Amino acid sequence: MDAVSETAAKRRKGATAEEMATRQRDISVSEFFAKNRHLLGFDNPRKALLTAVKEAVDNSLDACEEAGILPEIAVIIEDLQPDRPATAKSSRYRLTVVDNGPGIVRKQVENIFGRLLYGSKFHRLKMSRGQQGIGISAAGMYGLITTGRPMVIHTKPKAGSAAHHIELAMNTKTNRAEVTTDDEVKDFPPARLSAITPGTRALVAEGGFLSPETFRTGTSVSIELEGRYQRGRGSVDEFLELTAIANPHARITFVPPSRDAGADDDASVLAHAEASAATKATATTETGGVVIYPRGVQELPPETREIQPHPKGIELGILLQMLKDYEATEKGSLFTFLQERFCRVSSATAAQMCKAADATSRTRAGDVEAPQAEKLFQFFQDVKLPPPPTDCLAPIGVRQLLAGLLKGVSAEFYAASSRSAEVYRGRPFQIEAAIAFGGDLPADEPARVIRFANRVPLLFQQSACSSFKAVLETGWKNYNLQQPRGSLPVGPLVIMLHMASVWVPFTSESKEAIADYDEIRKEMKLALMECGRKLGTYLNKRAKMRREGERRDVFERYIGEISKAIGAITGEDAKRLYDALHAQAKRKTAVADQQLDEDGKVVREQEESDDDGVLIVPSAMGVAEDAAVLEPVVAAPAPKARTPAASPPKAARPAPAAAKPAAAKKPAAAAPPAVRPKPAAAAKPPIPRRPSQDGPTLF
Amino acid sequence: MAKKTTHSVAERDARTQKKIVELAQAISRMTLSGREPQLSIPTRTKSNTVWNRKKGILEMGDATADRPLFDLKTAKQFMQTMLHASTIKDLIEARKTSSLRGVFYKAKHTVAGTKENTFDTQDESDPILEDLEVALAALREELHVFAENRGSMVGNITIVDKGDEIDCRRMGSGGYALPSIVEPDVIQFKKCEAKFILHVEKGTVWNRFNEDRFWEKHNCILTHGAGQPPRGCRRLLQRLNQELGLPIICVLDNDPWGHYIYSVIKQGSISLAFESTRLAIPEAKFLGIRAKDFRQCGLDDAVKIDLTDNDIKRAREIAAYPWFEGHKGWQKEIQAMLTNGFKMEVESLITKDISYVSEVYVPERLKAKDWLD
Repeated sequence: MDAVSETAAKRRKGATAEEMATRQRDISVSEFFAKNRHLLGFDNPRKALLTAVKEAVDNSLDACEEAGILPEIAVIIEDLQPDRPATAKSSRYRLTVVDNGPGIVRKQVENIFGRLLYGSKFHRLKMSRGQQGIGISAAGMYGLITTGRPMVIHTKPKAGSAAHHIELAMNTKTNRAEVTTDDEVKDFPPARLSAITPGTRALVAEGGFLSPETFRTGTSVSIELEGRYQRGRGSVDEFLELTAIANPHARITFVPPSRDAGADDDASVLAHAEASAATKATATTETGGVVIYPRGVQELPPETREIQPHPKGIELGILLQMLKDYEATEKGSLFTFLQERFCRVSSATAAQMCKAADATSRTRAGDVEAPQAEKLFQFFQDVKLPPPPTDCLAPIGVRQLLAGLLKGVSAEFYAASSRSAEVYRGRPFQIEAAIAFGGDLPADEPARVIRFANRVPLLFQQSACSSFKAVLETGWKNYNLQQPRGSLPVGPLVIMLHMASVWVPFTSESKEAIADYDEIRKEMKLALMECGRKLGTYLNKRAKMRREGERRDVFERYIGEISKAIGAITGEDAKRLYDALHAQAKRKTAVADQQLDEDGKVVREQEESDDDGVLIVPSAMGVAEDAAVLEPVVAAPAPKARTPAASPPKAARPAPAAAKPAAAKKPAAAAPPAVRPKPAAAAKPPIPRRPSQDGPTLF
Repeated sequence: MAKKTTHSVAERDARTQKKIVELAQAISRMTLSGREPQLSIPTRTKSNTVWNRKKGILEMGDATADRPLFDLKTAKQFMQTMLHASTIKDLIEARKTSSLRGVFYKAKHTVAGTKENTFDTQDESDPILEDLEVALAALREELHVFAENRGSMVGNITIVDKGDEIDCRRMGSGGYALPSIVEPDVIQFKKCEAKFILHVEKGTVWNRFNEDRFWEKHNCILTHGAGQPPRGCRRLLQRLNQELGLPIICVLDNDPWGHYIYSVIKQGSISLAFESTRLAIPEAKFLGIRAKDFRQCGLDDAVKIDLTDNDIKRAREIAAYPWFEGHKGWQKEIQAMLTNGFKMEVESLITKDISYVSEVYVPERLKAKDWLD
């Protein structure tokens, strides 16, 4: 307390510094977040339920990938107040997430689930979904606050032995867990979960749900919480759908509660495939109320390396702290500190740096004074350094993006692009974009933007997100799409953006939007432009074919009249003239024909497709005919053209069958007769067969 | 004489017919040999007109435009041209003539198997016929097509129209309606006492002169062309000028439109440049209304009609025509109108007196030979 405020206190005869001091104390981080739970995404019951699911699923995926296990995740939401009145705004749910990850050793359970800001991911620069170590414990805390019930954890770190069964509640005052139950059970995954609904029982019988063979190790977390289950935008369903798209290597099963809080008919957020025998292997299906998001590719994302910070990516204070830490643990020299604690610092560079800080290579890190550190910091900014290594990043990959979108979105055209790694604030990141166009997507609505950071879908605060701004700033008109000024493009379009980074700069702890760094937005725009160009080319070609079709229509219309007129003047055989003219008309508009041969073919993947990141599903085109962005079609598609499309377009989708890794590599490869690698025919979709190959009947 | 005419008409028809058949055969040959059928049609645009200074008329240049069948822009016109060619061949064969509108109706039908018409309006049909005229190098009457009668004539002349003798002194208040085909095989001049022709812009003014028996008092022929004179009217004026040596004096409005009518009468029009030798009358004279008349005749302010932006633009265009460009009188006249900033119709002279134009204005100017040529 300084003199000024003391005088002020005396004048008002208020509290003295001493009195105030008795009230000043530590605030526990959990207390802080318990009060400010909106910062973590628990602002309302519906979002709370979603956030809890999201934190648990993120943890599960991270754990599986780090252990090199193909993730198998079950999400089960039980409605504990099924008889509540219809007007109730929220209900009590029990959320259980089970994974086949490596499990958790017993002594870490309390720390992981019972403490905020405890985790493995905060202190390292490595790409992972979780960052701060807040998520799952915050979900547990929220459950505890709203229902008073502890978290129930089953975890089995060793395949052969029993599972731990722990129930714990967080003490928000101390930010420590209080364990209420701690025993060992044989039962993993918990048998109770298998029999929750008739649907799960049926699936268990098929071996498709919580089978002990798949879940040899793993963790199951149950949280009881106040929430609200309602489908639609920002729902658990949407989150899982998008997660499945960005994580085609994971298989996710979802048992939703029996009652949907809202009478929201718009059940599926993306137009995803209907269940049918042919699509069961690839597309999202629902059996007996259980939603299955199948696995699209069989490989795990590449393992990522942890990296040291890049000198250009740290702040002065951090540098000082790092020096202090190094002195405390290693007691080494500045020279070794620079090399060990940073990436891209060679011994030559380190020597240069020491010199710049008025130190020698033998100066101890602890002896570096603040002014010296400042000089060092300044040198960091000026020196030329290679960018940070990028093997710490695991982008989704063009092929996987396509596979993910293909199973999640029913469209006609897919394109993806993966940029090479770039750097913001010394942290490497990589942007990927993908688009799906046409098919069952709504034609005259603004495009749907789906955003991901480190494979986690971002569902809220779209307009605050760098990726959203990148979409707005991209000139979609260049690619033959409509785009009202300053708005999203309009058309049957889904735009997907993914940022992979060792540290994603979120705008808040609830991780809903990516902060708007110029470097990031620029990369996003470039990725979108790449996809846009592919779409533009495709639309152009498609439009050209339509035009050629129309042209032939026009010519066919007139040549009858012309041949009759000439016949009348010269006395020649009009039919003969007509045939000759018709042959010419056909030749002139040959482009229109090229695709007619393709009718009934399923998916044609071009040879360049792998480099190109383009996938076309011609069978979905019948539906896209009405797409507003395209020129109107003169000739109505004949019933004949409809026939192949009538058996659901989705049935015709490629089957990257779960058992065949090859199928994942080239989605189309699963349907060999359909594949027509034909480079020249790139992006040339079929047009509907015309009513009569011979034009109007004249003779 | 009549027999000879019939003979020459039959010859002419045979010639035209042959041209049509040759055109169709050329298309047919292209088609059957696998080449793209296309018509080649001389262009009727300003860029393809040449000012023949020596003759003082506009002539058509050599440029032609291709009209391929397999081009969306020209496919329909191609079809329309062939339809009209066929119609005309039928007309010639049947030895009948038809109006422009008749030809339009003859060729208008729904394209087989569609809801589209071969022609939607006559506006589409008439230019196609003009195309055929130039493509076949055959005149409209040779194609057995005529336009509606337009324009009238009275005066001291007797003519023979299809064998009927017509005394143009005895045409009542309406006058002799000018047919669209006035070639010598249709109309012959029998007896002419008139010394010149007074051509006025439209029927109302013509009525004034006719009612005041102007042609009687001044021994002339009085004609009007209902605005821009049609081909029949221009052809007849030219024949009267060339065959009988009658000077043509024009009384037109003082506005760009009036100037343009004079220009067309004098040197021919752009779209009919191919017929200029038959239509243009290089020695036609422009008597009025002149820009100076507002002051000279002491007209009331009420007669002024403001020049629109379009008028000004048009006036500048006309001033730049090669046949006006080097003409001091015309440059002055157009500039005077622009300086005035208003235009005047012939009828504006009525504000002086109902018969001022026929009894004072025109006689005075004729006497003074105050005209532009």
